[in-house]
Amino acid sequence: MSAQVPTADLFRSERMRRRRIVNWIVEGAATIAALIAVAVLVIVVSSVVRRGWGALNLDFFTKTPALYSGFGPRPASGIAPAIIGTLIIIGLALLMALPVAILTAIYLNELAPRKLASVLTLAFDVLNGIPAIVLGIFVFIFVVVGHGQAAWKASFALAILMVPMIARSTQEVLALVPISMREASLALGAAKWRTTLSVVLPQAVGGIVTGATLATARAAGETAPLLFTSALYSDQMSYDPRQPIASIPMFIFTSAEQADPVLHQQAWGAAAVLIGIILVASLVARWFADRSIRRLRGER
Amino acid sequence: MTEVNYPVNISVQDPEERAGLPSAIDPSLLAAKPPTATLARDRVFSIENLTAFYGGAPAIRDVTFEIYQRMVTAIIGPSGCGKSTFIRCLNRMNDVIPNFKTEGRILYHDVDLQARTIDPVGVRRRIGMVFQRPNPFPKSIYDNIAYGPRILGLKDDLDGRVEQALRRAALWDEVKDRLKRSAWSLSGGQQQRLCIARCLAIEPEVILMDEPASALDPIATTRIEDLMHELKRDYTIVVVTHNMQQAARVADMTAFFSISKGAEGHRSGVLVEYDDTKTIFTQPKDSRTEDYVTGRFG
Repeated sequence: MSAQVPTADLFRSERMRRRRIVNWIVEGAATIAALIAVAVLVIVVSSVVRRGWGALNLDFFTKTPALYSGFGPRPASGIAPAIIGTLIIIGLALLMALPVAILTAIYLNELAPRKLASVLTLAFDVLNGIPAIVLGIFVFIFVVVGHGQAAWKASFALAILMVPMIARSTQEVLALVPISMREASLALGAAKWRTTLSVVLPQAVGGIVTGATLATARAAGETAPLLFTSALYSDQMSYDPRQPIASIPMFIFTSAEQADPVLHQQAWGAAAVLIGIILVASLVARWFADRSIRRLRGER
Repeated sequence: MTEVNYPVNISVQDPEERAGLPSAIDPSLLAAKPPTATLARDRVFSIENLTAFYGGAPAIRDVTFEIYQRMVTAIIGPSGCGKSTFIRCLNRMNDVIPNFKTEGRILYHDVDLQARTIDPVGVRRRIGMVFQRPNPFPKSIYDNIAYGPRILGLKDDLDGRVEQALRRAALWDEVKDRLKRSAWSLSGGQQQRLCIARCLAIEPEVILMDEPASALDPIATTRIEDLMHELKRDYTIVVVTHNMQQAARVADMTAFFSISKGAEGHRSGVLVEYDDTKTIFTQPKDSRTEDYVTGRFG
């Protein structure tokens, strides 16, 4: 009996060998590409940390920048105002952008007629591609000229940058929430807004947090809009968003241009701090999202 | 609505459905049924010349019949005959579909549900719905049941409401020790009973079920059917099924829908015959009904 069953195709043949090679090449290329991407990240982060390491001490985080004339002992100098300033500017920008972006995404995905939604989506993609410096000039012309610089104006410029990013990613995750979930809620006599708020949004939390984190990370590093809207340099601690305040990107920008190797090292150090802030913010956001998703599913 | 070619469609019927044909229906099932004519027939729905469109061609055309209180009414017929379209008209679920519109009247206790002054949200509070696939929210078992009462402001004794709804849906004993666990941890059959309990928690008068057991195994299906027998003492149930045996088992009244060619050549669903379940399966008046229930489709 068994002799009648053809078994030739069980053995390695020439044709199968070609398939194996093609398979091997594709797998290899994908793996190498992934390794390159990670390697770039590692190189960037490690070189920033290596060059800035010497600047990182307690004074760096707690003191204000001190001008040094080149004579006598060098005064302790830090970037405390820039750290605080960046946190304030980014925090305000997120406060401005998040509600607008989420409501916009809800409008686009849940309420707008389909044709209008696709036109508006395209508009957001275009807005996403506008260089930050253009937004900086826009805010400069409309709210800075004649009124002076202020931290909230920097936040405003960054918020314009963040809204399309957050709105688009939110829109994507809202679209992933199954129709059956909306129907289940509507069939229980829930109004549309209630369905969106209680059923659709909670299921999209993870994606919204991811989008907001990416937008925040990008905005935190933007320098161009800050040039026009907030302080170039400040050695004052300031918590008032109505005043121009310091920021880490501006500190890096100004310090890197100075003919002073210590300031160069401090610029690298500030860059490392910025990366650290973004890393911590991402981890906190992820933890928060995971926790709320677990809670939602009843897996406390 | 996708255009359905009637003869082709018939050849791809559910294998389970084919298997039992032609004399699909166990006569003992039907013998046990009391003749519904002797029961009090209180009208809940009175559907008058209902025609429903998704954009262009009508999906169902000129449907007229009455649905009675505290009975199970089954809607049977081949795929594409507009069973789901019809049942979703009864609680205005089709409103969410763009370009959907209806003509004719759906009187619910003599109120036209299609009228401009009707709030579809209010309609759905009185007329609940269970869907083809179990669709619990990704929340705990408790929060799934409590969702409806919470949004309707029925917040007093929420625990009691949840327990009562779960008991009525014959699920309480299986989940009482894990109410805080995710509803998604339940089996398919349990999830569907959870969806029924969720629907009961808002105390509707009517429960619409759109093929509630088609995604479930036979044992889970049996439990859903037993539940329907229980629930019809207090609720009016309308169930869509393309499983004729199921209709014979659970329904007091049966409406047979089929596909027919309209004047302009559009194929749309029509009501062929509506009668006691027993009559539909044993003495149908229309030859199309007879062909369907005996498995000779055309």
